[in-house]
Amino acid sequence: MPINLYIFVSLALFAIGVIGVLTRRNVIIIFMCIELMLNAVNLLLVAFSKMHLAEMAAKLPGATNNGVDGQLFVFFIMVVAAAEVTVGLAIIVMMYRNVHSVDVNFLNRLKN
Amino acid sequence: MVIVSKNPVYSVIFLILTFFAISGHYLLLNAQFLFIVNLIVYAGAIMVLFLYVLMLINLNADAEPMKNKWLKIAGTVAGGCFLLVMVAALRTVDTKGITAQVGGGDIGLIETLGKTLFSEYVVPFEVSSVLFLSAMVGAVVLGKK
Repeated sequence: MPINLYIFVSLALFAIGVIGVLTRRNVIIIFMCIELMLNAVNLLLVAFSKMHLAEMAAKLPGATNNGVDGQLFVFFIMVVAAAEVTVGLAIIVMMYRNVHSVDVNFLNRLKN
Repeated sequence: MVIVSKNPVYSVIFLILTFFAISGHYLLLNAQFLFIVNLIVYAGAIMVLFLYVLMLINLNADAEPMKNKWLKIAGTVAGGCFLLVMVAALRTVDTKGITAQVGGGDIGLIETLGKTLFSEYVVPFEVSSVLFLSAMVGAVVLGKK
């Protein structure tokens, strides 16, 4: 599979995430768009790791371990995303208890 | 679909669908460990958490007033410009013959990943466990207030 197909799919996913963050007001949907962007990066990392593997295997036939780093990065990104989601959703629930809304516009009273 | 549906529950469902599609890509790329982890962690745990919070705060479908239409258009245009610029920049890059290997290659298997994870990446692994512990404590403390 050509690598630029993966690049364009990931770009489209990332752009959808950016548009969602910029246009929606619901905190939960903004959060989901952030997850979408993280997943676009994950997909690109996996594709690049396999690309690296194919490239290096063509150069030196003994090397079979190239590209493991990329997939481990994806693993760590997933770990960080899970931690982020737990804390963020706890914050959202607390915010809903305070202002009875999940609209980000109500958060501007933070500046006073 | 994730960003245009009015009801947030539909958004979550479409996001789960997207995650399944991404998992399919992982399987095609023979990254089996990441396939399983993506299914369990993302489509399983995180999305259930999102759904649970949505049910907990009991959103109505019209909770989001369509106040500022121009802001929405401006955001869409900005995101579209981002996509356009990135595609235009990457279209000229010479990627002829550079392919991602579909199937084959055993770097995505649990054995290879585990060996590397516990030999070269032990310190980040332990740091991430500490991060998880602190996130757990933080969530409990925030939730109990």
